[in-house]
Amino acid sequence: MTYEELATYANYALYSAMGVLTLAMLAFAGYLAGLMPARSELKEARRDAEADATPDRSLVGAGTATAEAADTVESTRPAAPAPRRAVGRGPVDVDRDEGVSAGARKLGGIAITLTWLSTGLLTLSVLLRGLSVQRAPLGNLFEFAVTACLAALIAFAVWSTRRDLRWLGLFVVAPVLLVLGVALVSWYTEAAELMPSLQSYWLVIHVTVAVLASAVFFIGAMTGILYLWQDSVERSGATSVLNRFPPARTLERLTYGLHVVAFPLWTFTLIAGAIWARQAWASYWNWDPKEVWTFIIWVVYAAYLHARVTSGWSKQRATWIALAGFVCIIINYTVVNLFFVGQHSYSGL
Amino acid sequence: MPRITDDGTDPVTAGTAGRSTDPVTQPTLDARGWLRFLWRQLTSMRTALFLLLMLAVAAVPGSVFPQRNIDATRTADWIADHPTAGPILDRLGFFDVYSSPWFASIYLLLFISLVGCVLPRTRVHWDAMRQPPPRTPARLERLATHSVLEVEAGAGEDTLDRLERALRRRRYRVHRHQPGTLSAEGGYLKETGNLVFHLALIGIIVGVAAGHLWGWKGDAIVPVGQTFAKTRFDTFAPGPWVGDDDVPPFTLRVDDFTAEFEDEVTTEGQFGMPRDFTAYVTATENGVARETIIKVNAPLELDGASVFLLGNGYAPVITVRDAAGEVLYTGPTTFLPQDNNYQSVGAVKVAAADPGLGFVGWFLPTAVITEDGGPQSIFPDALQPALALTVYEGELFPDGRPQSVFRLDTDEMTQLTNEEGTDAFRLWLEPGDTVELPGDRGSITFESVERFAGISVRHDPGRWLTLASALLALGGLILTLVVPRRRVFARVRADSVEGRTVVTMAAMAKADDTGLESLLEDLREDLDPDPDRSRKT
Ligand code: HEM
Repeated sequence: MTYEELATYANYALYSAMGVLTLAMLAFAGYLAGLMPARSELKEARRDAEADATPDRSLVGAGTATAEAADTVESTRPAAPAPRRAVGRGPVDVDRDEGVSAGARKLGGIAITLTWLSTGLLTLSVLLRGLSVQRAPLGNLFEFAVTACLAALIAFAVWSTRRDLRWLGLFVVAPVLLVLGVALVSWYTEAAELMPSLQSYWLVIHVTVAVLASAVFFIGAMTGILYLWQDSVERSGATSVLNRFPPARTLERLTYGLHVVAFPLWTFTLIAGAIWARQAWASYWNWDPKEVWTFIIWVVYAAYLHARVTSGWSKQRATWIALAGFVCIIINYTVVNLFFVGQHSYSGL
Repeated sequence: MPRITDDGTDPVTAGTAGRSTDPVTQPTLDARGWLRFLWRQLTSMRTALFLLLMLAVAAVPGSVFPQRNIDATRTADWIADHPTAGPILDRLGFFDVYSSPWFASIYLLLFISLVGCVLPRTRVHWDAMRQPPPRTPARLERLATHSVLEVEAGAGEDTLDRLERALRRRRYRVHRHQPGTLSAEGGYLKETGNLVFHLALIGIIVGVAAGHLWGWKGDAIVPVGQTFAKTRFDTFAPGPWVGDDDVPPFTLRVDDFTAEFEDEVTTEGQFGMPRDFTAYVTATENGVARETIIKVNAPLELDGASVFLLGNGYAPVITVRDAAGEVLYTGPTTFLPQDNNYQSVGAVKVAAADPGLGFVGWFLPTAVITEDGGPQSIFPDALQPALALTVYEGELFPDGRPQSVFRLDTDEMTQLTNEEGTDAFRLWLEPGDTVELPGDRGSITFESVERFAGISVRHDPGRWLTLASALLALGGLILTLVVPRRRVFARVRADSVEGRTVVTMAAMAKADDTGLESLLEDLREDLDPDPDRSRKT
């Protein structure tokens, strides 16, 4: 196969991945529609939400809880004010299927399967693209965006094997689809070699970790938004599809946990970028716009971690800082790449 | 959930341990009181948070506006294009953001706050690591995460022994303040990591500062075949504490330079993009010469300096003769590339002619004449090179003012015109061409095309400190985020009613900690491998 053919097949795989991902998105949407509590369920749903919101109740199941161990856990608790709903695999695995129609449940399962399929196709696309250019497919904004989407899908799919994430699916899959679409329509770049400044193994180290960190920050931003939303739903006591989502407290913890993973990755990205900059541009820090924004993002997320433990700062306000950090990430990959003049030129854009 | 508070006290033990809290100091309004108050404000978490957010915001304009230290020309153009906003923004430091007083004051305050925050915490942590864990609270049932265990009558101390072993295996520090009680604390590394992280940030700043004070950099354009020595920098920027001897005596000859450009992928944006630049050089230091190459991502490391390949371009070899055929000027003349197709500007200054003769114009590596008659380069490689020049006569260096080698200062020169005097005299030269100048002024020959390497020689003695600090910060960060800080307590109580002994274990953490339950469960299993026996009957 010639390199051009490989590049063409990479594109076919990309189209297929997007097609499957569209179906997954629809299935996730259908699943969420099925979660919408009916009027008759209103009271029950609200009671469940309250039970979920009680700290240290349904959230603290152990990772290995067998029926016996669960018994022990039960006996270690102070008198329980509300009934536990179920014991599951992980902390948030209260049984969300209870009262969900069989159709919706099926859709949820299909959606996860389709997400896996699409992840596989996108992996194939990235691999073929890499083969077609004989290098890591990270050389321009198009390749970067596709790889970032792949990282987000992998992170989500792998995480979904550890806990029930069907509620999160739509919020991951839809933005990923959007980015893939924009990448294909606006940023598509013909497969080609790299310019000399990009020909370094630091490209692979620096950019791969940046991609991973961005993907985890992205999922963290989604759970962060859901947390703020859930929080307002819980406060108002409204009936909402969010009644069947994990309680706000859990969502906040998940958000924090994701940022705790992503922040060191981003710190590493910054350091690796500086090492590479010194090789390619003679100085490890040049105040190039891209460097500046990487630094801004780092500072904003450091502020988030600080805000979370600063007395007088609520978890909600801290989460807003995390979301501001994600807005900076978006700016970094769009506005900064396309409009600001710097040394981080992406060939072909 | 009760938490271990930041100041090291915890709400549960504070009372039982009978620890006295500081007497509330009345705020006095004298100068020292105010200073104390300000210091406390500056070193509070809230101020640190505020300063962090300020730092992020203050860094933004530097990415929006051109910066003088990066691209002085673009900055000057921007100011010229915005006659109202330009000067105002300039006065506010928007074109030198990262050396502006307001940016500096934010990060200096942040680092003062950092020191003021971290040093006392280091002390507290140091003390905490040498003190035994706090006393066992009286009523462990009051802690959210606790576990009650019934054991054989009188087996209480024995159970605590086993618990102590299990905890020590988990690297907890264990202390039994009184018979029948046990206190343990683990995860000191969390705080250690946090302190290392924050202290390492200071190391980064120190490293950066050292680089500014003792570092230097010099740039030079070296045509193929020429030798570069430290006396030949085009620009040289030493740090304030750099002496002359700090720049090592080395020479560098550029033997050859190759460049490759994209000519297979023809889509816009890819066609003509650079693919490879290699400078073949002979470096001589301490009397030893060696042949090597320098590439964009592969600098040449010398003793006390590193040589980077940062640019390249063309140096057409030009010879100017007078009317008698005497050579007035000859050699490779560097032309500065202006765009991706290496359309380059340059000047030939023939000071040996009388009056002085100056040529100025374009070098075009792949030259075409566009529809409207203008010369243009359409590909960066030297496929069809040409020189397009105009000629001036007069005083080349008026008043000895410094001037760019790529431009003519034509203030005191007049332009040569064609025979009829209707238009400027224009030269179009391809390699090998010789053209006679009008008015018996001699001739100019375009001999051949050479390339030049744009090199930058740098020395930054602070970079290793910066790198080591950055890696240390990363390590500390991972520790502080991964390690949970936990306390475990246990207390033995004889249950008089049933004649059995009850051991209550409890755990608490520094922050939200979903693992506390499983810790207690695991400990329970360690105490009694057969869970059935410890179950309530
Ligand atoms: C250069 C600026 C600073 C940066 C980039 C920074 C960054 C961070 C980061 C990323 C964490 C997260 C660790 C965690 O969540 O456990 C942290 C924690 C912390 N920082 Fe900073 N920090 C800075 C300055 C300061 C200052 C000035 C103070 C003192 C007021 C401070 C006090 C703390 C404290 C007490 C924690 C621990 C929070 C906890 O209990 O977990 N930091 N810092």
